[in-house]
Amino acid sequence: MAAVAETKEVKKIIDLGLEEGAKKLTPERIEKTINNALTAMGGARLDAYVSTCIHCGLCSEACHYYLSHDGDPHFSPVGKVKQTMWEILKHKGRVSPAAIKQMAEIAYTECNLCRRCSMYCPFGIDIAYLISSVRRMCHLLGVTPQYLQDTAHSHSATMNQMWLKQDEWIDTLFWQEDDYRREIKNLTIPLDKEGADIMYSVIGPEPKFLAMLIGNAAKIMHVAGVNWTFPSFDGWDNSDMAMFSGDQEIMGRVKRAHFEAAMRLKVKRIVMGECGHAFRSVYDVGNRWFGWKMPPVPIIHAIQFYYELIKEGRLKIVKKFKEPVTLHDPCNVVRGRGLQEMARYVINAICEDFREMSPNREHNFCCAAGGGVINCGPPWKMKRMEGNRVKAEQMKATGARIVITPCHNCHSGLEDIIGYYKLGMRTKFISDILVDAIEVPEAMKVKK
Amino acid sequence: MEATSKLLEQVQPISQQSVPSSSYKEALPATPKKAGDSFDWDTRKKLIANTDEWKSKFSEVRPFNVSGDGEKIGSVVQTNEETFTVCLNGKQWEETYEKVWTLKFKNDGKAVCLVMKDNAWTVAVDGLQWKEKFDYAWNLQIALNGRDIGINIKKDDHYGVCLDDKPWTQGFADVRNLFISPDGTMSAASVAIKGLAEADIFGFQKGVWTVAVDGTPWDKNFVNVWGLAFSPDSRHVAAETRINLYDYAIVVDGILWPQTFKCVCEPRFSTKNNVIAPVKIPQGWTLAMDGKPIWKTFVQLWPPKFSPDGKKIAAVVAPDFGRWTIAVDGIPWKQTFSDTVLDPVFSPDSKRVAAIAKESKDPMNMGSSLHSIKGNDRWTIVVDGIPWEQDFDMIWDPVFSPDGSMVAAKAEINGKYCVVANGKAGKKMFDTLWSPVFSPGGDKLLIRGIQDGKYYRYVLPREEI
Repeated sequence: MAAVAETKEVKKIIDLGLEEGAKKLTPERIEKTINNALTAMGGARLDAYVSTCIHCGLCSEACHYYLSHDGDPHFSPVGKVKQTMWEILKHKGRVSPAAIKQMAEIAYTECNLCRRCSMYCPFGIDIAYLISSVRRMCHLLGVTPQYLQDTAHSHSATMNQMWLKQDEWIDTLFWQEDDYRREIKNLTIPLDKEGADIMYSVIGPEPKFLAMLIGNAAKIMHVAGVNWTFPSFDGWDNSDMAMFSGDQEIMGRVKRAHFEAAMRLKVKRIVMGECGHAFRSVYDVGNRWFGWKMPPVPIIHAIQFYYELIKEGRLKIVKKFKEPVTLHDPCNVVRGRGLQEMARYVINAICEDFREMSPNREHNFCCAAGGGVINCGPPWKMKRMEGNRVKAEQMKATGARIVITPCHNCHSGLEDIIGYYKLGMRTKFISDILVDAIEVPEAMKVKK
Repeated sequence: MEATSKLLEQVQPISQQSVPSSSYKEALPATPKKAGDSFDWDTRKKLIANTDEWKSKFSEVRPFNVSGDGEKIGSVVQTNEETFTVCLNGKQWEETYEKVWTLKFKNDGKAVCLVMKDNAWTVAVDGLQWKEKFDYAWNLQIALNGRDIGINIKKDDHYGVCLDDKPWTQGFADVRNLFISPDGTMSAASVAIKGLAEADIFGFQKGVWTVAVDGTPWDKNFVNVWGLAFSPDSRHVAAETRINLYDYAIVVDGILWPQTFKCVCEPRFSTKNNVIAPVKIPQGWTLAMDGKPIWKTFVQLWPPKFSPDGKKIAAVVAPDFGRWTIAVDGIPWKQTFSDTVLDPVFSPDSKRVAAIAKESKDPMNMGSSLHSIKGNDRWTIVVDGIPWEQDFDMIWDPVFSPDGSMVAAKAEINGKYCVVANGKAGKKMFDTLWSPVFSPGGDKLLIRGIQDGKYYRYVLPREEI
C-alpha cells in the first residue's frame, strides 16, 4: 500500500468533510470503490490521457497555483496528477485513508479545472478531466470538503445551490419587478409564460444575494422587447456544484430539472445569466451525463445575448461607462465556448476606456474560484488567495479600476483577491454597466 | 421481452398486499362525466370577447387563459398604479388585490388564481377568496378531476399544503412541490421534518426528508425524496428516494423496495397498483416493476406512462447516446431523433402512441440567442414511430380523437399559431391559440384562439381543420 506521498510544506487546514470522511474509510473500501469507479468510467479516455503524458512538465507554466508558489512542482498540473491519479493507478486503488484525504485536498482545493494547462500540453491532455475523475472517486468515498458538499446537498434537496425555498425564489422576482416598475412602466418579470421565446435562468446566489442582477435582466429584456419568462418552479437555477463535488447523479438530476422547465414552458431558447461554471454544466458536462449530446433546448450565455441585442440595434447605447475597465475572461465561456471576441464587442460598446489584461482571452489566468474551489468555503480562502498571486499582479498591471467579469465564481474570487492584495479595484458584471448605458425610450419611463 | 400485460398478471399488486393505509382516506369515486360532454358542440363560431378593448381599458393586461369549454377568457389586469384584478370576458372582478398571479380554470369554468391582499396570500375563485390566508402561497394546481384546488403554503415560518381551503394541520421546515390525488381528496409532498444548521452535512446525510400525505409524514426519513405519484385509486403514494449519498430506491407508502440502484426516476402506478420506475443498473437504464428490471437497458429512460387500459407501458428512451425515441413495452421505435423526445401520449383506446420530437440537421451547432439556424430545432409529432412530414417552430402535446384515428396539436409557424391534424396544418391562423379539444363523438374539434385582438371559439368538423 502506498504511503502518503511526500508533500510540500502546507499549513494544516481542518475541513470536517475531509477529516470525518477519511475516518470512515478502510483500505478495503477504498480499493473496492476506486476499482468500481475505474470500471464505470470505461477507461479509454483515462487510459489515453495517462498513457500519452510524457511527463515533460510543460503544463506547469500554465497553472496559477504553480506560478504563485514560485514554481513549486507540487502545484504543477502534472504534479497534481502524479500525487493523485497516478498513485491510484500505480497501486490499483490500494491507497491509505490519509492518502485519499490528501488527494481530496489537492483535487478540490488546488485545481480549478480551468483547462489552461491543456493548452500548454503538447498533446492537449485534458488534465481537468483527470482531476475531476479523482473528485468522483473522493465523492464515492465520502471525502469531500464540507462546504462544497453542503452545496451539493442543497442542489439535491432544492434543485438550487443556496437552499432557497420555493416561495423565496418567487418573492424575489416579485420584489425585483416592484422595484423596477418604479422606473419602467409596466415592466414585468413574466412567470411561467408558456410559449415565450426565451427562458432566462440564473444561479442560486442571484436571488439570494444579488437580486439586482435579476432586475437588470428584466430591464434589458423589457427595453429590448424580448418575449421571455422565468419558471416559478424548480429548474430556474442553472448552476451545478454537484458537477464539481463528483456527484454526477445529482448533477444529472439538476440539469434535467433545468431543461424540463424550458421544455414545459415551450420556449425556443434558454438564455443564462453571467455564470461560467453553470454554462459548463448545461453545455458540456451535465447534459451529456443525461444522454443529450447537446442541450435539448439551445442555451446561450449572457455574453452572446448582449452581443446580439447591441449588434442588431435592439439595445441602443447612449451613455458609455467612463472609468477605465479591464476584462477577466472566464475559463468556462472563453476556453470552453470561445466567447472572448463577443465579450470585447460588448465591453467596447458600453465602456469608453477598455484595457486588456495580459495574458488575455483563452490564455487568461484563472480566478482561482471556479471549479468548485471557492465553494469549499472559509477554511480554504487563504490557500486560494496565496494560490493566485499572479492574478493580482495581472489585474494590477492594467491600471484599471474596474474588473468586468461575466461569471459569478470569477466575480467572487476576484473580489477576494482584490481585497487580499489591496488592489483598490472593484468587480462588475456586464449587466451592471449595460443597464445604465442603454437608452430607455421616453414612453417606457415612469413619469415622476 | 414479455408483454407488460403478462407481467402485470404475474405480480401481486400492492392493493392486495399488506400496506399501512390507516392514515389514508377511503378513495372516493372519480367524477364519471367527461368535461367535454356539456360543451356547446353546435355553434360553429362564437366571438367571446374583444381583448383589444381590454388594452384600452386597463393600464396593463397580462397573458390570457381560457376555460376548457372555450366560453371564457381571462387575464390578470392592472386597475390602477397599485392594484390588480381579473378580467373575465371583458368584465372585471369587483375585488382588487396587490398581486394576482397564475390564472387557471376549473372544469366548471370558474376562474382560479392566487391573490395577495393586505400582504396575505390566498386563492380566489371567481372573485371569492378562501377563508384561509397565508404568508405565502404558490404552485396553484387543479386536480385531474378539474374540481379540487391545491397550493403550497407558508405561514408563521412553517410550510405546508392547503387543499380546497383546508390547510395541513402540521407544518414543516420545508415543503416542496405538491401532488393531488386523482380523486382530488388528498395531497402529498416532499417535506423536511426539521431545519439544519449551516453546512450541517452530517445531519443532512442522516435524513431529514420524507413524504407527508395530507400533512402526516411517513415514519421513515431519507436523504432525499423526489417525484411523488398517487395510485389511480388515490390510496397509495410512491416516491423516488436517495437513502444515502449513493443508493437510490423507490418507496411505496413508506416501505422501500428491497433493491437499490445507482439512480432512479419518478415512479408510476399501474391500474392494479404495481409500481414501475426507471432505474440505473451498471449496464444502463432500465424499467423496474416492483423492484425487478423488466426491460432491456438504454442509455437513458424517462418516467413511463401506462396505457388507459393499463396493459401497455411507453417511455422516452435513448437507445444510443444522443438519439431519442419512444419505447413501447420495452421495444423502441426504429426512428430516433437528435435533440429530444417528450412524454408519450396514448390514444384513448390504448392502441396508438404519439409524442413530440425535436430534430436538428446540425445538432452540434447551437447558434444564436435570437435566431434559429435553418434546419435546426424543428419540432413535430411522431405517431407510432412515424413523424409528421411537416415540422414546426414549436409544437404542443398531441391530442387523440376518442377513436384514436386522428391526432391534433397546436403548432407555431413564424410567430403565428394553428391547429395541425394528422400532420396537416390548419388554414386558420391565430395570434394566440390553445390546444384543440375533440368532441365526445370525435367528429368535431373545439378551437380556442385570438385573431386580430378578438377571442373566438370555433367548433369545426374534423375534416375542415
